[in-house]
Amino acid sequence: MTNTSKKQFQISDLFRSQLMIPVIAILILTIFNLIIGPSFFNIRLDHNNLGNAVLSGNLITILDNGSELAILAIGMTLVTAASGGQDISVGATIAIAGSAILKILCGSDPHPETMQAPIIAAFFVGVIAAMLCGAFNGILVAYFRIQPMVATLILFTAGRSIAAWINNNELPIIKDAEFGYFGGFIPGIAVPTPFLIAVVCVAIIFLVMKFTNLGLYTQSVGINENAARLIGLNPVLIKFLTFVILGVCVAVCGLIKVSRISSINYSVIAKDIEMDAILAVALGGNALSGGKFNMAASILGAYVIQYLTTTLYRMKVPADALPAYKAVVVIVLVVLSAPTVREFFSKMGRKTRSSRREAA
Amino acid sequence: MKEHAVLEMKNIHKSFPGVRALQAVDFCLCEGEIHALMGENGAGKSTLIKVITGVYEKDEGEVYLAGHQGPVAIHSPQDAQRLGISTVYQEITLCPNLSVAENMFIGRGQGAGLNWKKMNADTDRILQSLDIPAKAAQQLGSCSLAVQQMIAIARAVDMECKVLILDEPTSSLDEQEVQKLFRLMRDLKQKGVGIIFVTHFLDQVYEVCDKITVLRDGKLVGEYAIKDLPRVQLVAKMLGKEMDDLSDIKGENGSSDASSAENVYEAEGLQSNAGIKPFNFHIRKGEVNGFTGLLGSGRSECVRAIFGADRVLRGKVKKNGKEVKIHKPIDAMKNGIAYLPEDRKRDGIIGDLSVRENIILALQNLKGFFKPFSKAQTYRFAEEYIRLLDIKTASADTPIKSLSGGNQQKVIVARWLLANPDYLILDEPTRGIDVGTKVDIQKLVLKLASEGKSVTFISSETDEMLRTCSRLVVMRDRQVVGELSGEDLTQNKIMSTIAGGEAKS
Amino acid sequence: MSKKKNGGLGDRIRKMSDTNLLLTITIIVFFVMYICAMVFQGAGFLKPQTFCNILNNNAALIISACGMSIVMITGGIDISVGGVAALVSMCCAVHLDYQNGNVFTAVLIALGIGLAFGVIQGLLVAYLDIQPFIVSLAGMFFARGMTTIVNTKPFNVAHEGFKAVKETRIRIPGLGSVNKKGVFVNAYVEIGVVVALLVVLIFFIVLRWTKQGRNFYAVGGSRQSALMLGINVKRTRFYSHLICSILAGIGGFVYFMHVGSGSASHAQGMEMNAIASSIIGGTMLTGGVGNVIGTLFGVLSLSTIQNIVTSAGFDKAWWTGITVAGMLCIFLVIQSVLMSWKKKAMSGGDDNL
Repeated sequence: MTNTSKKQFQISDLFRSQLMIPVIAILILTIFNLIIGPSFFNIRLDHNNLGNAVLSGNLITILDNGSELAILAIGMTLVTAASGGQDISVGATIAIAGSAILKILCGSDPHPETMQAPIIAAFFVGVIAAMLCGAFNGILVAYFRIQPMVATLILFTAGRSIAAWINNNELPIIKDAEFGYFGGFIPGIAVPTPFLIAVVCVAIIFLVMKFTNLGLYTQSVGINENAARLIGLNPVLIKFLTFVILGVCVAVCGLIKVSRISSINYSVIAKDIEMDAILAVALGGNALSGGKFNMAASILGAYVIQYLTTTLYRMKVPADALPAYKAVVVIVLVVLSAPTVREFFSKMGRKTRSSRREAA
Repeated sequence: MKEHAVLEMKNIHKSFPGVRALQAVDFCLCEGEIHALMGENGAGKSTLIKVITGVYEKDEGEVYLAGHQGPVAIHSPQDAQRLGISTVYQEITLCPNLSVAENMFIGRGQGAGLNWKKMNADTDRILQSLDIPAKAAQQLGSCSLAVQQMIAIARAVDMECKVLILDEPTSSLDEQEVQKLFRLMRDLKQKGVGIIFVTHFLDQVYEVCDKITVLRDGKLVGEYAIKDLPRVQLVAKMLGKEMDDLSDIKGENGSSDASSAENVYEAEGLQSNAGIKPFNFHIRKGEVNGFTGLLGSGRSECVRAIFGADRVLRGKVKKNGKEVKIHKPIDAMKNGIAYLPEDRKRDGIIGDLSVRENIILALQNLKGFFKPFSKAQTYRFAEEYIRLLDIKTASADTPIKSLSGGNQQKVIVARWLLANPDYLILDEPTRGIDVGTKVDIQKLVLKLASEGKSVTFISSETDEMLRTCSRLVVMRDRQVVGELSGEDLTQNKIMSTIAGGEAKS
Repeated sequence: MSKKKNGGLGDRIRKMSDTNLLLTITIIVFFVMYICAMVFQGAGFLKPQTFCNILNNNAALIISACGMSIVMITGGIDISVGGVAALVSMCCAVHLDYQNGNVFTAVLIALGIGLAFGVIQGLLVAYLDIQPFIVSLAGMFFARGMTTIVNTKPFNVAHEGFKAVKETRIRIPGLGSVNKKGVFVNAYVEIGVVVALLVVLIFFIVLRWTKQGRNFYAVGGSRQSALMLGINVKRTRFYSHLICSILAGIGGFVYFMHVGSGSASHAQGMEMNAIASSIIGGTMLTGGVGNVIGTLFGVLSLSTIQNIVTSAGFDKAWWTGITVAGMLCIFLVIQSVLMSWKKKAMSGGDDNL
């Protein structure tokens, strides 16, 4: 995806690179925060209420809270690339996965003193549940050829209800501190665990991209399904697969989310996260109509969103009003990247260049 | 403006990224004349027409219309319609979800309301007068393609136009329907309408047209009265070289002994869901054969069935005498078959991917999901074939969509050569590409055959087929109607077989 | 219509236009469902008021869903309608209570908000060619955020004039049931329902008997062809988004009239309900097929099934979500299968020509 051949370095190439969009966004936000006051970037070594030494500060908050989004962005990028649509059910399926995990851990008693099953087993069940949801979406999209947004609308509507149903609408609470590690800190490690999990996920996906043809195949299917079929690919299978992979990402997010509060709130957990995940993909400069993608840019895009959120909080913007500001950012971004607008700018650029040449 | 001219275009320029589609083209259409616009695929006919109809905006030049002072500005198809220019395109540009009547009348006329009763009655009257077997209230999508095309023509004719443009309207029509269309054209000519007629059937040009304008490589070759330009010269003008230049390629090949070789691939009673009649087929080692027939006669559908590109309903494919199961393209590829599809843009290229990725895709897919080539290896492959086929690209990393048509085609050819198949199916590999590349591809086909590979070569241009193929399967109405080889391989024989051969049982 | 037995049924289905076919299915499903409810659950469903309450509760949804259908017919999507409705309800509430406004200016505010959203979203979608999903996603974010910026806390409106309008009940002569005291009470509907039915009627006429209406279908059916046929595609797409947002504004006001309060959490998920009802009502997201009458029945079917589920004893909150989703799923699959079957039947028909 990135250009490795040693060509003449050109600034225009740099600007055309997809990574530029999130990088520029980070730069702008950083400069903005520096002007407001550099104390934003302070990082301290504190002790949390369990007595562990942990890092704290705005930057750590960004890395911590942006992790779920980054993990989701991985799956969402693949789904977008292959199917040219987005999965809007991820928030609801996170609720399902989280609920399933808690159900296994709690057993029959919603407030057990100790966990009734090993966490790994519960997580495994969560993964299965989320993969089933992904498979359901995948079948509708790939086999029945329903647009992804509409197909995933089904689980979007039903997901939180299913999550509540799994636990009979009770609010299970895990008292064991060990379970809180995934959404907090592992004793002895000062870096928040969600970030570590995100790093592991990112590492895995990059290894997968390197040692399989996942990237090449999803892009081919997303760009030209007919052609992909005629070179022997199976578009139905590949689309289906991306949804299942997204399911795995969802399960990981579900684990982090329920671990953060050691409980679950069916209607609030991971609310609106699907919108942020789609936004992360778009911020990474990936076409939402599918095709070519840049995974690193998407993941960076996820952290940019969290950066923006944290910055807005710092400006004392109330949580409920956040979306309005985000919307403005989105609109500015998409307008700037709209083909007609870009054409206009490039025409302007060509004109000034040629006039300069004439002058010289 | 000239006297009697209804439409005059001067010094038209139009370029797309990487392509200069039209350069300084002049064109003049008089009232009451049928004017053929000729040129090979990619010569700029379609671009010129889209400039007239406002689909593209010209970069330079002027358009004049009778009854208008000075040059007219046509920015959109609505503008063109308002100025009395109506168009029938090769691909059907009607809305399949609307009724026939709506398709006749949408986008026309004054007022905001809609009088269904009148619309349906008018439509039925028009359909009846033109003998089109459709009903006004029917949904357009439920009509056959030929009927849809006739409806598009009916719409254009009904619009009281001064200029009527017919862009290859006959490709999906049968002989009777074509005659119906010609009657209509002559009627309109009597009424003083100027008609621009684009077709690749030379017979049709000489049957109805008064004048011919020839384009080549985006440039104007000239305007001729029909009686001053015999066929051979027309073809020479379109190709830009004398016939003899092209005819000597075949001499080099030694494929004549191929007839004694074993059949490598055989198909028995093969039928796909694309609506072709079951057919038998075989090809020998080192042989080049071809499917010929008019557009829509089922040529592509046959080879697609062999490759498993359409769903195969019945019949079997044998390789070296043993039956092989081919349900999907990947099955065919594993059995050494490669297929270069007819519609390069829709089925061939993967536009946003680089030349390198496009080249390696087929081989990569054969190798397997978990065994990607190293990046260095892919560059080696890509650079080898870029050199071998002389592909003109800035680098191996250039997106294929920014290449010219001919070079895109070479990349697709490279993709299949890299996969090293035993049997290569080339469906219209020379469509819409420059003459030089055409010859390159034809030479390549013969070279492959001499190396012992089997090739099926399909082209709309019969002389191309005659130059490369040693055996031709002739098709008509989605059915194999004959097979020609050796002495029988002449233009006339092919024409007569297409026109009237008895159906093979 | 006789079921299945009719030998020519398959043939007749094939000849039907897609729009009419899907509409017929929706209407049949609704009536079958409602009659089943009457037969098996009796009591509640036999009262005309139950039906009227479905209308009362869903008037706003009907209006928004009509707008949604038009956008979907044109081949787009608008997920900002819920946000716009919430913003309208909050703005009107603030206007009436804190600024001593009157109902008329409140209506103007509602229309103004709808118009503003419509113009901006329409311009971005139609003239800058940005994906409608992203544009309206931003629109939704913006509307929801603005709602809390206008006023953080939800509150009930105490404005006298507004309450009078809100409490207005239109009795339907001849329809009603005998209450516990043995008095015959006419069923009633709220003003919102009248507005909703009016909207359905108007846009049914617009879609059926005006050129602009048919242009929506043409653009949704094939944008390229529509352009070649001489339709102003950009303007048509612009209009579709404009109409949708204005209807979302009206829908927001009707919602406001129904609940009588302003809150940022109002109309939560309305966009998804609107999309779901449109789909159940036979509008295809691929564009070019659909009808507002179908959408009306889509809304009715959706809320009827919810009522059935609740009154059948599945009163746990989650069942509603699951049934709605289940219904949506079934309809989507039916649409998908039906369309591919029809296509196959058609190509088979070609073979015989």
